[in-house]
Amino acid sequence: MKFLCVECDQQMTFGERQLPGDGTLAATFKCPKCGRVVAMLTNPMETQLVSSLGVEIGGRTVPSESFEMVRANVITGGPAWSNDAQERLSRVPSFVRGMVKKIYADYAKERGITEITPAIMDTARAELGLEGM
Amino acid sequence: MRTYHQLTDPDRSGLADQIGAQRRRVAERLAGVRRLVAVMSGKGGVGKSFVTAHLARAVARAGHSAGVLDADLNGPTIPGLLGVSGARRTAHGALVQPAIGSDGVRCISMGQFLDEGAPLAFNGPAAESFVWRGAMEASALREFLGDVEWGTLDFLLLDLPPGMQRYLELCDILGNPPAVLTVTIPTPESRDAVRRAMRAAVDHGSELLGIVENMVGGELKGTAGDDLATEFTVPVVARVPWHPTAPMWDALAARLSGARRTADGAR
Repeated sequence: MKFLCVECDQQMTFGERQLPGDGTLAATFKCPKCGRVVAMLTNPMETQLVSSLGVEIGGRTVPSESFEMVRANVITGGPAWSNDAQERLSRVPSFVRGMVKKIYADYAKERGITEITPAIMDTARAELGLEGM
Repeated sequence: MRTYHQLTDPDRSGLADQIGAQRRRVAERLAGVRRLVAVMSGKGGVGKSFVTAHLARAVARAGHSAGVLDADLNGPTIPGLLGVSGARRTAHGALVQPAIGSDGVRCISMGQFLDEGAPLAFNGPAAESFVWRGAMEASALREFLGDVEWGTLDFLLLDLPPGMQRYLELCDILGNPPAVLTVTIPTPESRDAVRRAMRAAVDHGSELLGIVENMVGGELKGTAGDDLATEFTVPVVARVPWHPTAPMWDALAARLSGARRTADGAR
């Protein structure tokens, strides 16, 4: 995407990007000759479309991380589980695994815990009296 | 007034460069994968995921390293078929480790990121989500390919959902069309739907590895496997009965592994 200052016939340069937090995006561009500044304003749908491509208007300022889009946009509901916690959960007999998982997930959710680790599981067991689960 | 291509100063957003970096990331991650195979069909309910999971397990039992990427983002079933815990995976840092399923098959699935029973939903404006939802799903597929530490694999099977959309996205992300294993059931309705998918695969330059005719020997009547094999000059590599046995899957794995060795030798 490029912006042209028609009067000067000059390509405008990117200034700054703002994300007001309401799903919209604002990006400014300035004419290097006359100094005129214009803002590109996108509605939430347009912003989302750009976001879904995994690209950033104005260029990347930090390297991309793994599963950036999935983490930012997929509604996952409950907390995440670390690999060790998953391994421990997999050792719970399958017929009660769902119930046990829900207990830990509810515990984490109520306390604002975003990732369940074996340490969190130990704490939950002690607090909730779940020894043996 | 000048047009886009007449403006020669670089676009600071560098969108083309960002897309290029995404592709390089996918290529780097898949560099250790010897054979990438898309398991697809034009028809839903023919058992693609079932075939994918059991084929991957058989490949692993034969001593090859195997992985499954569950590209059915809206109806992920691979974790269940590979006996992977339903607990969600953590995604932070440089790369995500795939889960290890039955027979040591590595796998990644949207099912590992969602609560049990929860549909795939994205943050974003609810109105007219059809505009961006498809792009979100394609982006998730790209991250499954580019952000998972697959390591060295002999086979990475991609379990595609019904229809052609995910296959086309896959071709774009990979930059090269993947080899395709087609699954059908015997009925003429399945044949007609699968034919369209196979034709699209041929049009995009995919190598057709063969046809798996699933659910054979029951109430579903027809000759879809043979019809498609004749039309596209590819073998029916397996006819899977309602109650398939491990040796049957092992034979299919051996056949595909053999085909791979032949292809490697021919190069």
